[in-house]
Amino acid sequence: MTTQQAMITIFMVALGTIITRFLPFILFPAGRPTPKYIDYLGKLLAPAVFGLLVVYCLKNVSFLQGSRGVPELIGVAATAGLHLWKRKMLLSVAGGTAVYMLLVQLVF
Amino acid sequence: MSLSVRKKALLAAFPHTIPVMTGYLFLGMTYGVFMRASGFPAWYPMVTSLSVFAGAMEFVTVSLLMGPFNPVQALAMALMVNARHLFYGLAMLKKYAGAGVKKLYLIFGLTDETFSVNCAADAPEGVDKHLFMFFITLLDHFYWFAGASLGGLFGSLISFSTEGIDFVMTAMFVVIFLENWLKEKNHMSSLIGLGLSALCLIVFGADGFIIPAMLAILGMLTLMRKYLERGGDAA
Repeated sequence: MTTQQAMITIFMVALGTIITRFLPFILFPAGRPTPKYIDYLGKLLAPAVFGLLVVYCLKNVSFLQGSRGVPELIGVAATAGLHLWKRKMLLSVAGGTAVYMLLVQLVF
Repeated sequence: MSLSVRKKALLAAFPHTIPVMTGYLFLGMTYGVFMRASGFPAWYPMVTSLSVFAGAMEFVTVSLLMGPFNPVQALAMALMVNARHLFYGLAMLKKYAGAGVKKLYLIFGLTDETFSVNCAADAPEGVDKHLFMFFITLLDHFYWFAGASLGGLFGSLISFSTEGIDFVMTAMFVVIFLENWLKEKNHMSSLIGLGLSALCLIVFGADGFIIPAMLAILGMLTLMRKYLERGGDAA
């Protein structure tokens, strides 16, 4: 990707983000009720998108070649385990990443 | 507006932002280091942290920048990843009403963390509430920018190997997913997101599964609306 293409990509990401933040204020001026379908999506879209993002992060992991996704599985398990144990976001993220880095640098 | 009015609002806002400061400095630095480790110059994380200011999406942007040039996918990705902001906005319609020009920046900076702070914190007596929320947003934006810049500028000085640091994004989303899972009563939407995305990944491959997965999720949630609304209080 050229620098120009990269800047266009960043611009599109910024634009998309700005749209999601401004749209409610444009569509629903203060005081008017919001459509039920929007309320419904508001509650239910977020968890599904989080699931999509987890899959997105692991999209290039091959379970048939190389390390067969073993460091990724251990890294995810360490992150989730730490989070279930202490429930501190930064600790879980830092700990899980450290485990994964040690695995790919020293073991696999 | 006098200087002391501003100073008062800034001093009142600062304590509320301390938890966000820790998180944003750490995650921002990791983001800067990650971007350097992915082969981008230091000014890239500065530009994205200032202009996008949406942590999770900025990590995703790094993989977008490393893939083939596809601005439509970048826009679609930003819309979907940040779709939750729509609902932060809905929740802040009343709180941000009447903030004047400051409202534009308040809305621009409505990240997950800023939303939760501005949602929960009330300005003390005698402090302009819109100015108070403006400074919370501004401080958060500054922490994120400072973290990303430090990581970008000094990331290359780190003497240990950063191989595998890209996992920070996976870990972050695993934690967000899990945290939500622990809070929600009905896991159907979480499972739909994981399941349909995995299915689309198998069918369409790593480079083209995002948009089909998004459409499949929207379609499935719409089809299941009656059931899920009756099944009650998800999320």
